[in-house]
Amino acid sequence: MSERVLMKGNEALAEAAISAGCKCFFGYPITPQTEISAYLSKRLPKVGGVFLQAESEIAAINMVYGCAGTGTRCMTSSSSPGISLKSEGLSYIAGADLPCVVINVQRGGPGLGGIQPSQADYWQATRALGHGDFHVIVLAPSTVQEMADLVTRAFDLADEYRMPVMLLADGLLGQMMEPVVFKKREENGKSFDKSWAANGHGGKRKHNIINSLYLEATELEEKIHERFKRYDEIKAKHTMAESYMTDDADVIIAAYGSTARLARTAAEKARSLGIKAGVFRPITLYPFPVNELREATKTAKRVLVCEMSMGQMVDDVRLALECKIPVDFFGRTGGIIPKPEEILEKLKGV
Amino acid sequence: MPDFQRPKSLCDIPTHYCPGCTHGIVHRLVAEIIDELGIENNTVGVCPVGCSVMAYDYFACDMMEASHGRAPAVATGVKRALPDKVVFTYQGDGDLAAIGTAETVHAATRGENITIIFINNTTYGMTGGQMAPTTLPGQVTQTTPYGRNTDTEGFPVRVSEMLATLSGVALAERVAVYDPKSVANAKKAIRKGFDFQLKKQGFSIIEVLSTCPTNWGMTPVAALDRVKNELAAYYPLGVFKEGAVRNFNA
Repeated sequence: MSERVLMKGNEALAEAAISAGCKCFFGYPITPQTEISAYLSKRLPKVGGVFLQAESEIAAINMVYGCAGTGTRCMTSSSSPGISLKSEGLSYIAGADLPCVVINVQRGGPGLGGIQPSQADYWQATRALGHGDFHVIVLAPSTVQEMADLVTRAFDLADEYRMPVMLLADGLLGQMMEPVVFKKREENGKSFDKSWAANGHGGKRKHNIINSLYLEATELEEKIHERFKRYDEIKAKHTMAESYMTDDADVIIAAYGSTARLARTAAEKARSLGIKAGVFRPITLYPFPVNELREATKTAKRVLVCEMSMGQMVDDVRLALECKIPVDFFGRTGGIIPKPEEILEKLKGV
Repeated sequence: MPDFQRPKSLCDIPTHYCPGCTHGIVHRLVAEIIDELGIENNTVGVCPVGCSVMAYDYFACDMMEASHGRAPAVATGVKRALPDKVVFTYQGDGDLAAIGTAETVHAATRGENITIIFINNTTYGMTGGQMAPTTLPGQVTQTTPYGRNTDTEGFPVRVSEMLATLSGVALAERVAVYDPKSVANAKKAIRKGFDFQLKKQGFSIIEVLSTCPTNWGMTPVAALDRVKNELAAYYPLGVFKEGAVRNFNA
C-alpha cells in the first residue's frame, strides 16, 4: 500500500505495526482503542502472526513480557485505566531490558473518567509508568499519518535500546479518519542483536535468563546505571519536535498530540491579528526535546502551554526553559477539546 | 548400574532452599524428564515470585523470571511466539492460587500447550509463612496465629479439581513427594504433562504436595509425615482429568 487511503488512526497504527514486523499482539478491550484489537484480530492471523485477547490488561502485558523475552516483536495497546493495570508488567519489562511497543489511546480520568479524548496521562507516561527507577521512550503522534509512522519508529527504538516504547495518542487521533500513506519500509531497517533472548539455547550457548531480580544491591545499581546511560544516549540522539512559525515569534504555544493541531489554527488566527505566534510541538515526550524548545523560543517573550489536562507537560516546559521565559497554561479536561478561539483568547491575555 | 548423577539440565550450583524442603526433589524430577526427553535445548522455563524465584539459576535451559502470579501469562507469550518450544512454569500456591488465579484459570481454559508444576505446601514460604489459599482449616501460620478459621478466612482451594472442570485441560493430577514410591509416581505424572505438551494436546498441571519444614516449625521427617497424613487427606492424590483436548497433527 503506497497510495493514500482513508483510515481511522487506530487502524492506521495497527496496519503500520504489522508492516513494522509486529508478530504478536496481546490486548484487552477498552474504549477508545478497540479498533486496534479488532483490526489486528482480522489481519495478524492472515500474515502468520498471533492475535490473542487476554483475560486482563495484566495478563496482556505479561504475555508481552514472555513474547518479547523470546526476541519476538510484539505489542499491546490500551487506554488510560488499562495502562494503570499494566504498570507492574511495564516495570518488569523495563527491569528485564525487553523491547516492546505499548499504545495508550488516552481517555479522561481519574478512575473510569470518561471515554473521550484526553491528555491526562502525560505524567504517568513520562514519570511514573511503574515502580522503580526507569523510563520508557514516549512518542506523541498528532495525525493519523504519524500514528502509522511513529509506530514503526517505536519498534526500531525498542529493539535498538532494549526497552519499552510507548505511543501516547488520544481518543481523537484514534477515532478520526484521515488520509494516510504507508511508506515502503527498507526491509525492516537494521537487524538487531537478539542474542540475549530466551528461546531455547539449542546447545549452542549457556542458558539465557530474562530477569529483573538483583538481590545484590551493587549489582542492581550497576544495572540501573547502565540503563540510564542508554537514556542519556537517547536524549542525545533521538529527541524529536516540530516548530511552526517560531523564527520571529513573540509568543510560542507549546502543545503535543491532537492539541498541537488546534494550537496551529490558533497561532494562524493570532498572526492574522498581528500577534507573532508560533507553535512548538514535542514528538518525543520522553526524552523531552529540551534543546529544540530552547531553539524555538529564542525570540519568544512568553510561552503558553496547551493540553487536554490540568497541566502536566507544562512542568517539562518550565524545567527546559529554567524560568528564563514566563510560562502560562491553558487546558481543558477529558472530553472537552480546546477550541482554537479559546486558545487565542488566552494568547491575547498572555 | 550407572552412578547416581546430577541431571544434565540442573546446573551444578548449590540451591538456597532450606534443609528438608522438597523443592530439590521436584526440581530434580523436572530436570530428569527434560534429560530423558532430550528437550533441554528447546525448553523455556518460567519461575515467578516465591521460594523458587531463583530457579532460573538452577535449570540449565533458558529461563524467565515472572512477576507474582503471572507465569501462565508469560508462558503463553513464549509459547504463542514459539509454538514448537517446550514451555513450563514452576509455581507455588500463593502465586498460582491467590494472586495468579486469573492467569491460571484462563491459560487452562484456553488449553495453552504449557505444563505447570504447582507446588502446594499450604503456606507462603519466601515471605516467612503466611496463610496461603491452600492453608488447611485450623492451620497456624504467621497471619492465622489462632489457626485458619473458615468462618472468616474461608476454605482452602482444591486447584486440581477446579481446573479439571475446564475443557482446555489435558492433565490435572495431584501427586506428593513424601516417600520413594510417591516420588516415582510424581515423576510419572510430570512426564505425562510434558508428553501432552509435546503432542500439542492441551494444558497440563501437576500439583505436588510439598513440605515447608522451616515455616511449619517441623523437622524434615515430621514435615513429610504431615504431607502424607494431613495434606493428602484434604487434597486427595490422583488424576482429576486426563486426555487430549485437541490434536494438532490430526
